[in-house]
Amino acid sequence: MSTDTAVGPAGREVRQTHRVVIRFAGDSGDGMQLTGDRFTSEAAAFGNDLATLPNFPAEIRAPAGTLPGVSSFQLHFADYDILTPGDRPDVLVAMNPAALKANIEDLPHGGMLIVNTDEFTKRNLAKVGYEANPLEDDSLEPYTVHQVAMATLTRGALEPTGMSKKDAERAKNMFALGLLSWMYHRGTDATEQFLREKFAKKPDLAEANILAFRAGWNYGETTESFAVTYEVAPARLAEGTYRQITGNLALAYGVVAAGQQSGLPLFLGTYPITPASDVLHELSKHKGFGVTTFQAEDEIAGIGAALGASFGGALGVTSTSGPGVALKSETIGLAVALELPLLILDVQRGGPSTGLPTKTEQADLLQAMYGRNGEAPVPIIAPQSPSDCFEAALEASRIALAYRTPVFVLSDGSIANGSEPWRVPDVDDLPDLSVTFATEPNAPDGSGEFWPYLRDADTLARPWAIPGTAGLEHRIGGLEKADGRGTISYDPDNHDRMVRLRQAKIDGIPVPDITVDDPHGDAEVLVIGWGSSYGPIGAACRRVRAAGMSVAQAHLRHLNPMPANLGDVLRSYRRVVVPEMNLGQLAMLLRARFLVDAHSYTKVAGLPFQAEELAGVLTDAVKGDLPA
Amino acid sequence: MTATDLPMPAPGGLDLVPTTDETQKAKDYTSDQEVRWCPGCGDYAVLASVRGFLPELNLKRENIVFVSGIGCSSRFPYYLDTYGMHSIHGRAPTIATGLAVTRPDLSVWVVTGDGDALSIGGNHLIHALRRNMNITILLFNNRIYGLTKGQYSPTSEVGKVTKSTPMGSVDAPFNPVSLALGAEATFVGRALDSDRKGLTEVLRQAAAHRGASLVEIFQDCPIFNDGSFDVLRKGDDVAERLLELVDGEPIRFGNDGEYGVVRSATGGLEVARIADVGEDAVVVRRAGEEDPTQSFALSRLSDQDLTHTVTGIFRKVDRATYDDGARAQVEAAKEQATARGDDLAALLRGKDTWAVMPEPENEQ
Repeated sequence: MSTDTAVGPAGREVRQTHRVVIRFAGDSGDGMQLTGDRFTSEAAAFGNDLATLPNFPAEIRAPAGTLPGVSSFQLHFADYDILTPGDRPDVLVAMNPAALKANIEDLPHGGMLIVNTDEFTKRNLAKVGYEANPLEDDSLEPYTVHQVAMATLTRGALEPTGMSKKDAERAKNMFALGLLSWMYHRGTDATEQFLREKFAKKPDLAEANILAFRAGWNYGETTESFAVTYEVAPARLAEGTYRQITGNLALAYGVVAAGQQSGLPLFLGTYPITPASDVLHELSKHKGFGVTTFQAEDEIAGIGAALGASFGGALGVTSTSGPGVALKSETIGLAVALELPLLILDVQRGGPSTGLPTKTEQADLLQAMYGRNGEAPVPIIAPQSPSDCFEAALEASRIALAYRTPVFVLSDGSIANGSEPWRVPDVDDLPDLSVTFATEPNAPDGSGEFWPYLRDADTLARPWAIPGTAGLEHRIGGLEKADGRGTISYDPDNHDRMVRLRQAKIDGIPVPDITVDDPHGDAEVLVIGWGSSYGPIGAACRRVRAAGMSVAQAHLRHLNPMPANLGDVLRSYRRVVVPEMNLGQLAMLLRARFLVDAHSYTKVAGLPFQAEELAGVLTDAVKGDLPA
Repeated sequence: MTATDLPMPAPGGLDLVPTTDETQKAKDYTSDQEVRWCPGCGDYAVLASVRGFLPELNLKRENIVFVSGIGCSSRFPYYLDTYGMHSIHGRAPTIATGLAVTRPDLSVWVVTGDGDALSIGGNHLIHALRRNMNITILLFNNRIYGLTKGQYSPTSEVGKVTKSTPMGSVDAPFNPVSLALGAEATFVGRALDSDRKGLTEVLRQAAAHRGASLVEIFQDCPIFNDGSFDVLRKGDDVAERLLELVDGEPIRFGNDGEYGVVRSATGGLEVARIADVGEDAVVVRRAGEEDPTQSFALSRLSDQDLTHTVTGIFRKVDRATYDDGARAQVEAAKEQATARGDDLAALLRGKDTWAVMPEPENEQ
């Protein structure tokens, strides 16, 4: 990972490196997510590009010290634009034997391992099936191991506070953070400020954490065990103002922005579900922007209330994950029939059923596409990275409002919780989403009646006449409506026409052409994905190209309707590879729609693809060996 | 987590709904849709009562919304010339909730049946009542599934022989009024479809109530459960079966007022001959009592065999409504945001940002 070497103060070697992957791993109660988040903020503030991968169990506190209780946070930061949280760590921080056992296989030989030795007791080793202490045999020989008694050192540093030993030891994650901050030349002020704010109501705890953090920093500085420190320069990203953002936060901000840009009240009707609950938590803070959040009695009530709000002229939104979508399906069908705007934010997780609540998967595509009775087309948009969730929410709102239709946003666990730098957009550049409500009768027969299903010739959208508008009183519902007049109709020809009209409306939504990244223009292999796999696919393409081969990359943001040029793009390559975190759902759609021999590469392990494995798949494809 | 005081509700259920000076008639509320219930269906009578009653409210017609679920009664909105939505099975209270929270200027009504409200939609019903949403729910109870052609419902009597229960149903029925009271409803009333005067009076008070109002309407299905409430309509003993509650009055009934409701030995209420127990033993009706005990006991004066059937207002108390509280929070937050000068740009920027400068040009 190193390139340039210099000698720093105190004769220590300082290595300049382009990128580093650090993984903090510990028990669920060890505060690894906080530690990782904080190191991420330091990297962001320093101007590195970064990507993160939190990985934690569904249980809030699994039994301490066990393998199921291991929680980890991986951070990739660099001096150039990176695409993924990294396949394998350069540095692994293991706070206990379980964390070591669960993660050591991912550490490449030669990698740095920092271990909290205090937890390597006979009992803890036995809990995870270590017969011998790996710190005492030669099993860790392939790695550069730093054994640090973090709990003991933290306890010592906190002795003056008079805290109990147990309480003092809880700050050991800040000791680890301090040590890593020292090792990568990060400042201390911002973290100390952060801790003071976080524990504003408990100044004792704030001071204890700061003491532990400084102790870790000083430990690096004063002991001889760390001969080398590292510097990763700021990344040369496009000019602008940046901040760090997670996918769920970006999704929530996109929704707030959609409310502001449409001028409509925003109503979120929802029910808590992992990994989407943070969207509710965030939006509930922004009532000042005219956002109403309603925590309903169940998923169905959440979307029902959102649809009711849309009927009344608000922008209705519901947030959920796959199991919630299953419950909401009937109401989504109703929204298709009513032709009212509605946003469905699906933060996908592993399935079926309860599945893997905290792990990622992309297996709701066909559910979003077809998971309703009857012909019930719904537009689908998939963000490709954490920050892209902002744009995706705005684009979904644009379609929902302009075409009076429910729209899916398919995020997933990895981008929902993962973070990256985001170039903060200029509010003046955000799209105008204003809508015009119907105010006058529209019957073409001059009767002075209002026909709720008389469509706009251009968009095929029906008028949105909200209660309170005199003279436009009308009734809508799930029964089939007469084309135009909107009264109940069981007429066979009318139903056939209405089914086709609803489909034509969605099919006719203009979406941008798909672009292909094919730097040399001579690629025979096209790799196409959707959603959160953009990063690993892009990183894999870089590796393949760096090895002197050509590969073209395209990524689908609009899954329904698909870009008009997609068929031509697919047909212009000899081989098409479709990596997905499901069993080939997009590949099936592409094969069915375009009759192309798309080859699926799939994995459903609850974690994002690794660049290395995809690079292997693509290299094979370039050589003519396609995934089965 | 801290509890904060919620604002007390505005006094009336319709206070925020715009009114009109124009005189309205039942005809103004009649849509151009042909009514398609079966001949003899109790729904006709309820529709006539509602059409006749709505003009009394002097509301702007465009500010009234009827939302329904699925079932015979849920066709109701099509026949009223107001805004309306015929939604999906059991979910009308959820849609009405979103509408009521975002549109305080609307009078929001839910029309539902015993299957829609108490089977598939039971969860939404109890939560709408618990939250005290400012909506009025008309629960048409005919104790049968009509639209699916005659299966028993959650209010059918035990042993009901239907297409789906040829040997008789074995499940115990709900008592809708007891259920509503248990769900913390602030207004509960009951009327008989054919009793236009009694129904209109309950509707009048339900509409005026701020918060969730549940009105159970006994309604006859002439096709699949014909005559189910006939004992309350005709015969010599109607007066001995029907008790109409009058607030503040002793609860007496019978052809000559010879029966009264008195405290029972078990702590509930029971029916007694006044000649046996004396005038002073008769319980005085208190609809506005915070304690729902009397109302609950009245809802269970007899089994659902209609031996003694109470109509009128079971409960009418003031409690903060969800929609008023939710709107007050949004308004308070908006004021604070304005005072602080919050804007979207500041939100998106957040607290920790860094700037990336343009690449310096190479020096020669």
